[in-house]
Amino acid sequence: MVQPLNRFKESASQTAGPYVHIGLTPNFSEINGVYPHDLGSSMVNDKTRGKRIAITGRVLDGTGTPLRDALVEIWQADADGLYNSPSEMRGAADPNFTGWGRCATDMVSGEFRFETVKPGRVPFNDGRLMAPHVTFWIVARGINIGLHTRMYFGDEDAANAEDPVLARIEHRVRLPTLVAEPVEGGYRFDIHLQGEKETVFFDI
Amino acid sequence: MSEGMLSNRKPETGAFFQRDREWHPQAYTPWYKTSVLRSPQKALLSLDNTLSEITGPVFGHNILGALDNDLIHNFAKPGESAIGPRIIVYGRVLDERGRGVPGALLEFWQANAGGRYRHKKEGYIAPLDPNFGGCGRTITDEDGGYVLRTVQPGPYPWPNGPNDWRPAHIHFSIFGHGFAQRLITQMYFEGDPMIPLCPIVKTINDPAAISDLTAALDMSATTPMDSRAYKFDIVLRGRRSTLFENRLEGN
Ligand SMILES: [Fe+2]
Repeated sequence: MVQPLNRFKESASQTAGPYVHIGLTPNFSEINGVYPHDLGSSMVNDKTRGKRIAITGRVLDGTGTPLRDALVEIWQADADGLYNSPSEMRGAADPNFTGWGRCATDMVSGEFRFETVKPGRVPFNDGRLMAPHVTFWIVARGINIGLHTRMYFGDEDAANAEDPVLARIEHRVRLPTLVAEPVEGGYRFDIHLQGEKETVFFDI
Repeated sequence: MSEGMLSNRKPETGAFFQRDREWHPQAYTPWYKTSVLRSPQKALLSLDNTLSEITGPVFGHNILGALDNDLIHNFAKPGESAIGPRIIVYGRVLDERGRGVPGALLEFWQANAGGRYRHKKEGYIAPLDPNFGGCGRTITDEDGGYVLRTVQPGPYPWPNGPNDWRPAHIHFSIFGHGFAQRLITQMYFEGDPMIPLCPIVKTINDPAAISDLTAALDMSATTPMDSRAYKFDIVLRGRRSTLFENRLEGN
């Protein structure tokens, strides 16, 4: 026998279900008066530094149908590459930028939309700079454990080419699934849960 | 967003323990039919955490309203309250090392006592309760403790098999201190015979993991002549110690 490690097990995930909006975006689901506004609905204010962008997209199932009941959260660095988090030791992030957004996909079109700023570069664990990116987390009915992925920027070819995380993708044909297309006013990023264009999801 | 009351502990900057993907449900669980077309089929890309996952948003107590953790009253008309068995749910948010997680945002949602959700896509014949909205939230204290008050939700039928029912449950969404800890799960109630019948519960393989999601009746925490109590602890991923971590300056 040896001494026990006394580790607890993480609580097992369960699907967010079809009514996730009640809990996470109650005003969106017309439960008004409980909270003044839905958390994560606004990431910026008029003092936020950096280039304003909108990130739009959809989450598509194995038939190519957009999910109309998904919930998407994003987490990103500010324009200088700093996170608004107590675990950020490199400096103080822009106090006018939360870095975190939450959006229910539209109940008709399935579109999500985030008004944010383009993030700066953040160092990888060995000090090399990662390319600008936004972390995505997707939950919905039928998704048993939240899906993590990243969005990179289609107009950052040089930075993307030296990104240490993108470099880990063995099947290079899948790399474009993580790269958002520049469009008027921002970027477009569709997430494919299955199929030929299945997005690279992370165990991270 | 603010630093809130994150205790005087040193900020934690280590990577999180790897997730046990055998303990969590798999993505593809065909007896839960909606998972069939919504489950990634390719292998996940495994990576050690970077700053993008080690950091995460933290929420200050200033976002909370006085009734946010009281579902019996937070949607009710003045002087009225939600209908159903009154319960307190309390517990702690811990990490895998057993340490309390202070400042964790918990958001919860549930059906009313009849098993009906207040949602436009919900068509169950059980009636809405005009005094019950079904959402609440709180932030854990210095020890990771939390408490909420609600009515016990009813079981409800759902379109999957011809006669599938959800056990009574409360949905929980949890933010720890790092985005890699982000978790959504469900709380079940001790003694509910519907638990082992549920296709969504059965997405979890290990009976011990299901027990860990099943809150215990705690008569010693009841409010006599008012509410029964259930204890529900939640465990988030733990962090590796950074004491001897091989990290470059500036990371
Ligand atoms: Fe539910």
